[in-house]
Amino acid sequence: MYHKKWVAGLYLLPAVLFVTVFIYIAIALNGYYSLFKWNTYSDMVFVGLKNYIRLFQDSNFWIALRNNLFFAATSLICQVGFALVLAATLEQKWLQKLSGPVRTVLFIPSMISVSVVSLMWQLMLNPNLGFINKFLKLIGLGTLAIDWLGNAKTAIWCVIASSQWQYVGYTTMLFIVAIQKIPADYYEAAQLDGANAVQQFFHITVPNVKEMISLNLITTLVGSFKAFDEVYIMTSGGPGRASEVLGSLLYKSGFKEDAMGYASAIGVVIFAITAVLSIAQIRRLDIREKRGSQG
Amino acid sequence: MKLQHRRISLSKQILRVIIVLLLVEMMITVIYPLLWMVLSGFKTTTELLTSPFSLPSKWLFSNYSRIWKSGIQTYFLNSLFITVSSSILVAVISAFAAFALSRYHFKSRYFIFLYLIGGMMLAPQVSLISNYKILQALKLYDTRFGLIFAYTAFRIPYTTFLMWSYFSTLPKDMEEAATIDGCSSFQIFVKILLPLSKPILFTGILLTVRYVWNDFLFSMVFTQSAELRTIPYGLNALKSETGTDWSLLLAGMVLSAIPLIVLFLFTQKSFVRGLTGGAVKE
Repeated sequence: MYHKKWVAGLYLLPAVLFVTVFIYIAIALNGYYSLFKWNTYSDMVFVGLKNYIRLFQDSNFWIALRNNLFFAATSLICQVGFALVLAATLEQKWLQKLSGPVRTVLFIPSMISVSVVSLMWQLMLNPNLGFINKFLKLIGLGTLAIDWLGNAKTAIWCVIASSQWQYVGYTTMLFIVAIQKIPADYYEAAQLDGANAVQQFFHITVPNVKEMISLNLITTLVGSFKAFDEVYIMTSGGPGRASEVLGSLLYKSGFKEDAMGYASAIGVVIFAITAVLSIAQIRRLDIREKRGSQG
Repeated sequence: MKLQHRRISLSKQILRVIIVLLLVEMMITVIYPLLWMVLSGFKTTTELLTSPFSLPSKWLFSNYSRIWKSGIQTYFLNSLFITVSSSILVAVISAFAAFALSRYHFKSRYFIFLYLIGGMMLAPQVSLISNYKILQALKLYDTRFGLIFAYTAFRIPYTTFLMWSYFSTLPKDMEEAATIDGCSSFQIFVKILLPLSKPILFTGILLTVRYVWNDFLFSMVFTQSAELRTIPYGLNALKSETGTDWSLLLAGMVLSAIPLIVLFLFTQKSFVRGLTGGAVKE
């Protein structure tokens, strides 16, 4: 019944057009731009790989990369490891009544924009205004009441913490959905065999939510390398350049320092890291769906 | 049966109490900052500084109306317009693409499918410079439509995938019957497929709404004029403009967060369905 192929072309045209212009041409153009030295008003001068050489010699680049790695490691621990344990706990029968409220409440922050969450954390951590230091003094930990975001050692960790606060409930929710798909008799059989909750977690829950673990693993990793809003709003990469991440370095190089070629090179590096991870995810999606539609 | 009625040991009971306490503590960790934000929005900035833990001594609803009038209103309406337009555009374009990919058979089908969903691999940050230049070249820089088109492009890959996997599961016999009755493919699409696909259309729209309403980066980079700002970027700009009037800023933050929290509480299931369809988190 659907035999006029040119009609299919018409249906596909708008999607192909948008994706081509803003995604594929943009990627290609970005690679091209990274080979030139240029700014908003200057001509483009071809410099070959000089932007990349400069990048790898730039200490700020290594600081940013290191901070992205801190971000990624912490997010893996909290949003994959901890979230999975939390989800499995919430699915225990004796917690049935508490489970709904907990997961709804924990999910709410992920509905709010990163910019509002970041502003909120910035205000909460503010030494004059925020309640965090006042609370620390109240419980006798006054020595810990420092200028969290103004300190080169703590700034990036506060940014990372705000992101965990925002997204732990999100991945927990995804894990819960996956756990609910595991047939109940698996657990019943394990109970008859005398397996305790911890054994059930490792021998039934984990193997049966592998798909979701790898999905959350990849999205969390990609998310960590895309981090920008929270850093830009809470610290602008400061104090100094202590909390810079690749995203903020790109933005500053391009739009503050007007080094467009250099910023494009940073874009290519972020692309190299995130695209590899995302392709792994897309391949997985694709294969699973094909399998599903055959059945 | 005996298994369930077995009395649980004391150590197990203690463990359960600890777990419940930890869960309650986690809920407080999430709720308290949000509550602090809402309550602080009703205080004067002085009160915010002196008594951070108390309820407002006087509930200043005027903070909310003042911040609304002094900027948020414009940002809010921009966000609303841009979010609604992008969501509709994404839903329509993706549904068309998914329809062609799930119903027509042609040689390049698999390639085009991969080409479209392959767009998911690009993080929006990566192409910031080139998209800035592309929008300038298209005379769309610093316009609402420039933002709408950029958001649309970045949402099409995932939404198309979501709709394609839904369309592929729908039985085709009604469509066959309609063809015999002489319906065109467009009529089949509008009259049969779309009505059957309401849940996934809704889910697709919700995900785009969440993405666009909350986006900060594109608004900051692809617009220049203050009157074109969307809420997330507008709020950050207000941070410097309101100076030390923190409670006003907090009121603005609350106003910007409310629509999506309310939307989520009413549509929890649709959201989660969309997110677990193999979702990409943004």
